[in-house]
Amino acid sequence: MTTAVTSWRRAASIAPVVLFLALLTVPTFAGEYVLHLCVLILLYAYLATAWNILGGYTGQHSLGHSLFLGIGAYTSTYLFSRFAVSPWIGMWAGAVLAAAVGAFVGYLCFRYGLKGAYFALVTIALTEAAVYLVNNMDFLGGAQGMEVKWLGDHPEIMQFPGKAGYYYVILVMAALSILLTQWISERRFGYRMIAVRENEEAAEALGVDTLRTKIQATVLSAFLTALGGSFFAQYFTYINPRNVFGETPAVQILLFAIIGGLGTVWGPAVGALALVPIAELARSRLGGSFAGAHLLLYGAVLMLVMLFMPNGIVGVAARVRLRLPGRKQPAPEAT
Amino acid sequence: MIFSPELLAQAMVTGLFIGGVFALISVGLSLIWGVMRIVNFAHGEFLMIGMYVAYFLVARGGWDPYLTMLVTVPALFLIGAGIFQVSIRPILKNPPMNQIMLTVGLSLILQNLALVFFKADVLTAQTPYSRLTWVIGPVIIRVSQLIAFVGSGITAAVLYWFLRNTDTGRAIRAASQNREAATLMGIDVQRTFLLAFGIGSACLGVAASLMIPFYYTSPTVGLFFGLIAFVVVVLGGLGNFLGALVAGLIIGLTESVGAALLPGTLARVLTFGIFILVLLFRPQGIFGGKRL
Repeated sequence: MTTAVTSWRRAASIAPVVLFLALLTVPTFAGEYVLHLCVLILLYAYLATAWNILGGYTGQHSLGHSLFLGIGAYTSTYLFSRFAVSPWIGMWAGAVLAAAVGAFVGYLCFRYGLKGAYFALVTIALTEAAVYLVNNMDFLGGAQGMEVKWLGDHPEIMQFPGKAGYYYVILVMAALSILLTQWISERRFGYRMIAVRENEEAAEALGVDTLRTKIQATVLSAFLTALGGSFFAQYFTYINPRNVFGETPAVQILLFAIIGGLGTVWGPAVGALALVPIAELARSRLGGSFAGAHLLLYGAVLMLVMLFMPNGIVGVAARVRLRLPGRKQPAPEAT
Repeated sequence: MIFSPELLAQAMVTGLFIGGVFALISVGLSLIWGVMRIVNFAHGEFLMIGMYVAYFLVARGGWDPYLTMLVTVPALFLIGAGIFQVSIRPILKNPPMNQIMLTVGLSLILQNLALVFFKADVLTAQTPYSRLTWVIGPVIIRVSQLIAFVGSGITAAVLYWFLRNTDTGRAIRAASQNREAATLMGIDVQRTFLLAFGIGSACLGVAASLMIPFYYTSPTVGLFFGLIAFVVVVLGGLGNFLGALVAGLIIGLTESVGAALLPGTLARVLTFGIFILVLLFRPQGIFGGKRL
């Protein structure tokens, strides 16, 4: 290995730290709207990163991850409204509940060998069932949903006067999720997940407990997604069954991971960064006459990516970098 | 909710009739899924397109709702075949999840295009059949629903006959059983897939015209019917034609009787509950997965 490559690598390992420090300064110069955009980018980057652990690394595509988003959002909001429990605590309760549900769902699905489209269908059915279930639960506000009561400037209950507070919270969450993914991907657990994705029979033959790996990935992914759900509720201060459970949030969770690059550390964040600003611009400019502008855009991008670059933005970038001298072969790409 | 035998009888009749339509919609999905192994998440949105076409012909053009089939069936065939040719065919050999994501993207596009063109309004067509009812004992039969039930049955029977007894039908079945062997026998598999996708979508044209006298149209109407079609196809066994018919009736009854007995929209939870249980414990469906 040449020195040039070694120093290039050292620079690459410092870059994320520099990026994080730079992002910390954003609220000092950015206006409220730009901050709002940044919060959305980071929130979707975070959620997609959480989904990516199960969908990208382990290869089990959940089309109903909104189930966990909703559990997180409803748990912290319910605990806050009913028992005045701070969302800082409630979010962990939601995450634990989501992890338990994830373990149960994962166990049931994978115990009976569900995979591919069938697993996707079960997850959709679960989150759709959750919509109708919560619609009929009066203590959760039914179809009207729940409001997070605004009490003013109270950081101890995750309520901030401006966007900056929320920005710091979700920035740290997103950074930690990426760090966690990076850490896992170099550990035994990460290799087990990739082995399951690439060839389950072979992994099993080599002694990987594939059932356990898949359940662990589901639990971790559900746990993280639910934390994001609590933030979602605090930031938007209103939730209802359709906007946290159901199809649209489910698609929005997985979309950026697929567009950015499945099973890559940075893919979900890159996907969110590439797409959220355009989508939000479309929504704010055309929203009045054209309510679904951002969803239309998401659909079109999803189709185009599947047709022309199924490995996502990072997948294409990796292939380009392959041509540079001195780089080792990248890990097998997600499919 | 006050329980009464009359209410139950009424719910069962209504459920049976709507179940017939569920069956027809699902047969189309089963054909596409069973033949090509393509899980089409835009199936419900195709139905939604058909319903808008039928609605505007009836409401603006003054057409008889059942005559609109002359337009909806060819239109849906062309839309299905066209979309297959442009977007699905190029990635037939890609991993199944890519195909699923592609059709998810397609359904988002279609849903939101409908939202642009038609707004979120719920449209209901007034037709001569809409208010026609027969009273048999305690049960009120809506004639339009009865026609939909019978029409769905006839369409499914014709399709079944077509798959069994014509060369094209046999080619479709052969391609679904073994692509390579079918190719070796001189069957143009790509053309067969195109036809199957078109026919599977055309079923939705029939369903749309049959439903327009008694069912509303909205941009999100496909979401519900798409999911129901998945439930029915899985329950009946993937690619099992007769299974889909029986399962359609079962789900129709579940939805309707459930709605009569359970408060609010909890019947929906029951439907999805059945779906999840079948997927987990009997993914081959209650009648076993049979190839077409």
